Amino acid sequence: RPEPNRKSLEGAESPYCPATFHNLQELRHSASLANKVFIQRDYSEGTTCRFQTKFPSELDSRIERTLFEDTVKTLNNYYAEAEKIGGQSYLEGCLACTTAYIIFLCMETRYEKVLKKIGRYIQEQNEKIYAPRGLLITDPIERGMRVIEISIYEDRASSGSSSGSSSTSGTSAR
Amino acid sequence: MHLGLDEPVRECQYNQICTRNSSPMETLSHKKKRTPRRKWQIFPGRNRFYCNGRVMMARQTGVFYLTLVLIMVTSGLFFAFDCPFLASNLTPAIPVIGGVLFLFVLGMLLRASFSDPGVLPRATPDEAADLERQMDAANGSSGPGYRPPPRIREVVINGQTVKLKYCFTCKIFRPPRASHCSLCDNCVERFDHHCPWVGNCVGKRNYRFFYLFILSLSFLTIFIFAFVITHVILRSNRSGFLNALKDSPASVLEVVVCFFSVWSIVGLSGFHTYLISSNQTTNEDIKGSWSTKRAKNNYNPYSYGNVLTNCCAALCGPLHPSLIDRRGFIQPDTPQPLSHSNGSGLYPSTQNHTHMAAATPLLHSDPVMMGRAGPPPSGKTSLGGPCSSLAPSQPSLPSSMPGLGCAGDMLTLRDPDAHCHHHHFVSPEEMPSPLGPSSLVLPFAAHGGHLNPAQLYDPASQDSLHEDSVRGLVKLSSV
Repeated sequence: RPEPNRKSLEGAESPYCPATFHNLQELRHSASLANKVFIQRDYSEGTTCRFQTKFPSELDSRIERTLFEDTVKTLNNYYAEAEKIGGQSYLEGCLACTTAYIIFLCMETRYEKVLKKIGRYIQEQNEKIYAPRGLLITDPIERGMRVIEISIYEDRASSGSSSGSSSTSGTSAR
Repeated sequence: MHLGLDEPVRECQYNQICTRNSSPMETLSHKKKRTPRRKWQIFPGRNRFYCNGRVMMARQTGVFYLTLVLIMVTSGLFFAFDCPFLASNLTPAIPVIGGVLFLFVLGMLLRASFSDPGVLPRATPDEAADLERQMDAANGSSGPGYRPPPRIREVVINGQTVKLKYCFTCKIFRPPRASHCSLCDNCVERFDHHCPWVGNCVGKRNYRFFYLFILSLSFLTIFIFAFVITHVILRSNRSGFLNALKDSPASVLEVVVCFFSVWSIVGLSGFHTYLISSNQTTNEDIKGSWSTKRAKNNYNPYSYGNVLTNCCAALCGPLHPSLIDRRGFIQPDTPQPLSHSNGSGLYPSTQNHTHMAAATPLLHSDPVMMGRAGPPPSGKTSLGGPCSSLAPSQPSLPSSMPGLGCAGDMLTLRDPDAHCHHHHFVSPEEMPSPLGPSSLVLPFAAHGGHLNPAQLYDPASQDSLHEDSVRGLVKLSSV
């Protein structure tokens, strides 16, 4: 399998996928959903929010392993930051307790702030990396923090030679 | 005029088309398109929502009102009858401190009762299908050696093997420490117990409010008890005991209420302080999950090792956001099943139909919705009519707070709402073990020597019964 050079990763046609999706709008209008991959939670470190970094086989032909792992690791770091128990969280907790938690009517919690950052990060990743490859990441908060849902699209125009529907049909493209 | 002749014909045709297309489901979906509905209105669990989704409680709230009445009446009598005397004879700080304590208790109670305990939303149909596929694949693959059954996943946390069970209602593998509450029909994260006094489950998000509630209530009870006795003694010194009682009759009632409350509430606070310091939930403690009696090298993998860190983590840890987004709007493009407002099942047969219709298109042609689109509650697809019933009508406490059980009055306390629901029939999963995940236990006697968990809770039989009933219904609905 040919390894793509870095230049071809951003925006332009991906060597893996025959379809070209330049932005999310195009993705939605001209593509049809072929499959969904679910990245499950990794509970090996307890109940804190972490996702498995194992590369799913369905994405083998769609995206480079390193890019995918970077995304998941960054997300894991964000969640770890949100759930970190340290000086700042104690301060926030004690302050909230003394005001009988009324303070949260005006101020948002640290977790909510980090969730917003995560939302922006996922949006950016989708625009820059995933949509050009016909993939779309759904924010885990919309799935109850159970999974990272990655939707695999195929271009309706080239549905005859689509390679995105399953990993087995992907082998024919190679 | 030929127009005049044509028009009545056209009108007739128009009317005919109208009546053919407008079934009750379609008119409802038309209504939905005009007025955007919020996700709490189609929430699949057995919860009640108030204030347009801001308040979330369990279905049976009778005991919660009793708690509220007891606290308010006792405190009210204290402020009305005892405080004037105490303020003038001792110090005005007494009613002030009492007032602050009372407000704190009320605030914590309302916060514990009204907030989302950490409910896990049910899996979307795509997720559920993916998990089923994985489980079937695991079932089919042959291999030597020990393999856990497909409905259980094992994970090693901090060196301890923990089993994650598959929840048939929510179609997910439950995270560690999560449990399915049979009363609310939800999986709750870090499930502690279902508290009827608070009218809600106690889980990850509201455990600290619950703990602060019982702690401050212990202080309030002791405070009122002590000062009412002081009041009566001071009066008796002046005018004799019987005259003192005649002058402030309310004091007798307060003393009685406080006396009986002190034992249970203070005991419960002590029990939960122990749980917090060892980072366990009531559920785990009752089942003896981390007890050395199960296995010699059994230990709690979630504990941080020292008491202070455990306490800080439980009380001052980060406040997790609610995962169910109950006030979000249902995206009008995604096909949504019929709602059953506040959990009551209307038109169960048509629900099934729309659920099945909604489930399959999603797998193929659903455009991706950005923003908080609500996943259609797939849990109800298989459960349908028979299981959309309510809490058991048995008088025994489905899952009571340990500690109050010892007072004996909890056993005889009948759920005041139970008689209203006798026209629904009890779902099979609740028949065998109405005690649910937690049970009646004497906390201050029991945490030294744990009761045999097998006597109190048999998860295997409950799961298998649940599994059978759901399997049967899935087969029926898929035909």
